[in-house]
Amino acid sequence: MRDRGWTRALLVPGALFFIAFFLLPMARLAVIGASGRDGLAAYAAIVTDATYRSALVATLAVAAATTAITLVVSGVAGVFLQRNRFRGRSLLLALLTLPLAFPGVVVGFLVIMLAGRQGLIGTITNLAFGHRVVFAYSLTGLLTGYVYFSIPRTILTLVAAAEKLDPRLPEAARSLGASGWRIVVDVLIPGLKPALLSAGAICFATAVGAFGTAFTLATRIDVLPMVIYTEFTLSANIAAAAALSFVLGAVAWAVLAAGRSFAGSTVAAAG
Amino acid sequence: MKARPSLAFVVQLAFTLAVCVFLVVPIVLSVAAGLTVNVFVGLDSGLTLRWVAEVWSGYRDTIFLSLGIATACLAITLLLGIPLAYALSRSSSTFARFAEELLVLPVAVPGLATALALIVTYGSLRGFRTSWTFILVGHVLFTLPFMVRSVLAVLGAVNVATLEEGAASLGAGFWRRFVDVVLPSCRGGILAGALMVYTLSVGEFNMTWLLHTPLTKTLPVGLADAYASLRLEVGSAYTLLFLLMIVPLLVAMQRLGGARVR
Repeated sequence: MRDRGWTRALLVPGALFFIAFFLLPMARLAVIGASGRDGLAAYAAIVTDATYRSALVATLAVAAATTAITLVVSGVAGVFLQRNRFRGRSLLLALLTLPLAFPGVVVGFLVIMLAGRQGLIGTITNLAFGHRVVFAYSLTGLLTGYVYFSIPRTILTLVAAAEKLDPRLPEAARSLGASGWRIVVDVLIPGLKPALLSAGAICFATAVGAFGTAFTLATRIDVLPMVIYTEFTLSANIAAAAALSFVLGAVAWAVLAAGRSFAGSTVAAAG
Repeated sequence: MKARPSLAFVVQLAFTLAVCVFLVVPIVLSVAAGLTVNVFVGLDSGLTLRWVAEVWSGYRDTIFLSLGIATACLAITLLLGIPLAYALSRSSSTFARFAEELLVLPVAVPGLATALALIVTYGSLRGFRTSWTFILVGHVLFTLPFMVRSVLAVLGAVNVATLEEGAASLGAGFWRRFVDVVLPSCRGGILAGALMVYTLSVGEFNMTWLLHTPLTKTLPVGLADAYASLRLEVGSAYTLLFLLMIVPLLVAMQRLGGARVR
């Protein structure tokens, strides 16, 4: 029974740290959010204020597109790598998962390298068509960055999930005459559904809350994290920034919680 | 006889290679730009270490600060995280689930929100606000769940409870068991968690951008500065130094996880 006491005691330092530096500050943030000129209405401003609403719509749209593209790309590559053995396969997998923990700022810079004013795509299109294609500094650039950011971790999750699939299922389907496409639709996708949902939730939540990439691409990308940052620094509108970030946090958390309830647990990391 | 690869195989391989190109080419471009005399002219202008030297003289403080913060962050997450993980592995599953859910919040909630919350609560404590420990607090919040989960996963897989019972029946007390049985059996989880914590701390930007002061600039903050205001070659050289720090950590992580994702 004394062991029980010791075990409880081990919780104390972590719990105190967490309460002091997360729960209390978050509670304070919630209070401050309602302390501005508009009071509690600040929390509704995210949908009632036209600027905030359009930022919200842009944020959700980019996040949804990121999730869809990442899942398709990583799904195809991940399942392919898991189901086939060939020379160079492990190198390929290593390269695909290398940018796993690149911070958002760096990813933003890589997008500039690819699609910025001096970027590779611009140079190639200039040589080929006499016209520079530049999309780094727009929502498309942001989307490119988020997809780049999300592919490594999603491939990792999906390869691991595909490993647990019973290899006899696709074989049985094939011996029953199912085409490759039918096997994908009827066997692989249902089998990978939990992993797809949880990985998708992580992509979505990361794209909703990430700040570094947008900050690097910067200038005129009005997604919510950028709006919050502007309200806080340039307008010194702390109440609005607090209310918006509280709502943003709630959205990101809700999406992740929904994803987790569908599937096992993976921790997301926003860049 | 080896069968000729099917069309489906070739198409999927080509697709996967294309994804790989998308991920790797920008890194190569950035490294090349950091070593090129003039990026507008291209590699023909020659290679140089001038930009790397410029970054080193102007920004090496940010590198040392980041390494310092990451080391401190690792120490704290070990001290707080391992006991937490152990205690949670011994708690009722309802409580453990609830605690885990809470603990992951700083990762789920955008860093911007956490940073704002810290600023509105502790920003008036000047000595704390302007010190690097203010950033450290944010990093610990963000990385702690990775340590706890990594250790918890191992504690769940290895049957530590049985080992402990054995030790207890031989008369080992609580602390003796914790140090001699529990810690060694979750070594793998601790190592994986430690690599993750260190890597994430070195690269953290979302919170750090709001938590830093002009005197406490970390590496990613310096990177953002350089991207915004300095020439492309310098930004690239800076990125190169960052990659030199972080890629070994990522490769080590891959090696460690290799057993799991073959």
